[in-house]
Amino acid sequence: MGPTTAGLLQASALVGALAVAHVPLGNHLARVYSSDRHWRVERWIYKGIGADPDAQLRWPAYLRGVLAFSLAGVLFLYLLQRLQGVLPGSLGFDPVAPAQAFNTAASFVTNTNWQSYSGEQTMGHVVQTAGLAVQNFVSAAVGMAVAVALVRGFARTRGGELGNFWADLVRGVTRVLVPLAVAGALVLVACGVVQNFSGIHEVGQFMGGSQQWNGGAVASQEAIKELGTNGGGYFNANSAHPFENPTGFTNLFEIFLILLIPVALTRTFGIMVGSVRQGYAILAAMATIWAGFVALMMWTEFAHHGPALQAAGGAMEGKELRFGIGGSSIFAVTTTLTSTGAVDSFHSSYTGLGGGITLLGMMLGEIAPGGVGSGLYGMLIMAVVAVFVAGLMVGRTPEYLGKKIGPREIKLAALYILVTPALVLVFTALSLALPTPPHSMLNPGAHGFSEVLYAFTSAANNNGSAFAGLNANTDWYNTTTGLAMLLGRFLPMVFVLALAGSLAGQRPVPVTAGTLRTEKPMFAGLLVGAILIIVGLTYFPALALGPLAEGLA
Amino acid sequence: MNNSVSNTARLLAVGLRALLVLTLVTGVAYPLAVTGAAQALFPDQAGGSQVSADGRVVGSSLIGQSYNLPLKPGQETPEPDLKWFQGRPANGLGENTLNTRYRLIVSGATNLAADNPELVRQVRAAQDAVIRDNSVPGGPVERDDIPADAVTSSGSGLDPHISPRYAQLQVRRVARENGLTVARVRELVDRHTEGRTLGFIGEPTVNVLELNVALKQLLRKS
Repeated sequence: MGPTTAGLLQASALVGALAVAHVPLGNHLARVYSSDRHWRVERWIYKGIGADPDAQLRWPAYLRGVLAFSLAGVLFLYLLQRLQGVLPGSLGFDPVAPAQAFNTAASFVTNTNWQSYSGEQTMGHVVQTAGLAVQNFVSAAVGMAVAVALVRGFARTRGGELGNFWADLVRGVTRVLVPLAVAGALVLVACGVVQNFSGIHEVGQFMGGSQQWNGGAVASQEAIKELGTNGGGYFNANSAHPFENPTGFTNLFEIFLILLIPVALTRTFGIMVGSVRQGYAILAAMATIWAGFVALMMWTEFAHHGPALQAAGGAMEGKELRFGIGGSSIFAVTTTLTSTGAVDSFHSSYTGLGGGITLLGMMLGEIAPGGVGSGLYGMLIMAVVAVFVAGLMVGRTPEYLGKKIGPREIKLAALYILVTPALVLVFTALSLALPTPPHSMLNPGAHGFSEVLYAFTSAANNNGSAFAGLNANTDWYNTTTGLAMLLGRFLPMVFVLALAGSLAGQRPVPVTAGTLRTEKPMFAGLLVGAILIIVGLTYFPALALGPLAEGLA
Repeated sequence: MNNSVSNTARLLAVGLRALLVLTLVTGVAYPLAVTGAAQALFPDQAGGSQVSADGRVVGSSLIGQSYNLPLKPGQETPEPDLKWFQGRPANGLGENTLNTRYRLIVSGATNLAADNPELVRQVRAAQDAVIRDNSVPGGPVERDDIPADAVTSSGSGLDPHISPRYAQLQVRRVARENGLTVARVRELVDRHTEGRTLGFIGEPTVNVLELNVALKQLLRKS
């Protein structure tokens, strides 16, 4: 069997596995977020927090919970890194420098997991497990909570209440993420991912002498890093490191973990709005984009254009042999079409067009299927826009899932769509216009520009992957990417929750012969078209200067 | 005004308490439970899949090593020890610059672009070295014979594998350097060639450390 066939079979196997697994998980998620019963351990947690899990919140109160919890997260994680060295279990590592500690705190709280540090030489056990891994759980749970709040906005018919943030947050952790992460971590350990607290120790070598290794709670962090679409690696090489991703099978399994919850949430959405088929229309749009990107990526990587790759006879620079080009291509597409940003191979050494595909995936807003929660709410915003475009074409007031899309709703959707491109393009332009930031580029020419564009695209979309040649550990990049991550995460959440509140206050309009049937394949097609056109027009000039210039040279 | 300040403070306190409680669940209980289960069920894997030979640990089957001759005085880059099978280049591997009392290896890739002249130079140099090292009398190695993995750096710099093609390319050299027949070394490589899982997952590989350990045992017996 050739490597291309094997790659396509791996992609098909993933689709098959997800088709089976998303049904029970989607049903489970719908029950989790609809139930009015609390587990005993959850009652203890609510008592510890001091919040009433049964109070129904309107959107401003829900938003205040999101922001307060996230602000506490940034402050706590910042302090934890600054106090490293004093804390036990720090391996004697020094405190992380202020600009980098801010960047890392913003990064993990916003579900970005951009890393301007090298894990093995910077972070001790305590920061990794009690700081970074905790945000892997809770930032994912916050994403799911906001998505569910928007779904409730569509599903509820009056009163404008969106549920309870604290209950949604805690249940996301206790009933969804922790059980799945335990199972995922044990599968990974069985295949060779390390899980110990042995610190830094000497291990003998074949030729004599010894090498020094970091031990650590790697498998437990790896599982939630993929499940929560976080992506922050324990080691510098992330999921390319054999201790994070030891075999071809674990590679496929990690991709499966990344896609599992975002795909299942489309079913949850369908159940909660009372029509599973509405969920499938959304999923169909996501799957179309994902499959198209995988096919394109495999085509360009197997063709290996580019002088160095032609000379080598294959696009293996920055790729691990056990995954090959097929497995690496699927991982690269999946990590950039979700908000994950974990890498099993280094995108900077991909073909020019392959690098462009990873960039474009993030620019779409990471909605195919997107981050945990953020993918669903991002796609629903695009659905609102698609419905609006269709409404303009036939001259009817647009409506989606029985709710009118009026001026207020479409303004909020438009603001949501404008935030990230504004952050990406303004910060990229500033970095190129100022005298020192361009010094961070590793590669010359168009690729150097792509490195900077990639950094801000990744930060503002909360992805976290990089064209890692860029030296991002400078005060300028630590500060600006930190700001881009925070604004790129929380401003869109403000607009999503405001939209949810406005929808939840509406009475539903009855379905008539003139209603756009948003559960039909035609709507899924319209949705894909709207996404590609909106993103294409926004980013085409920037893409032309970077990856297109490199890929077509 | 006072009211909104105290409300904000109260809300922040709720957020902080939520974080601390969830840190106990996901940052303390979860990793400890997983570590306990992992150490009980899969102690070898959880500890790093260490490989032993002659009663001493010689590395991990998952972590690539270099098989070089000791540095001679005045030499900066070590030369490969041609007796042993060689792994992939690792030009992206770094050394730690922080907390320097440790000699940690920092995993990583070169991140060089496909059109970067420096990468072209590295690939060409690696091909020249493969041709020089592996050409034996009557068996020259041509540039087109060299698979891509032999001349490119992996993502981690720690790739423990080479492709079966690159292993086969080294067979004649290894046989000659060790005074073994080509057929015996080829048989050793075949035995250490792993196909794809279930026929389609991953790529065919040869684990260099395990192959060299087996080669060493073969040499001892013969």
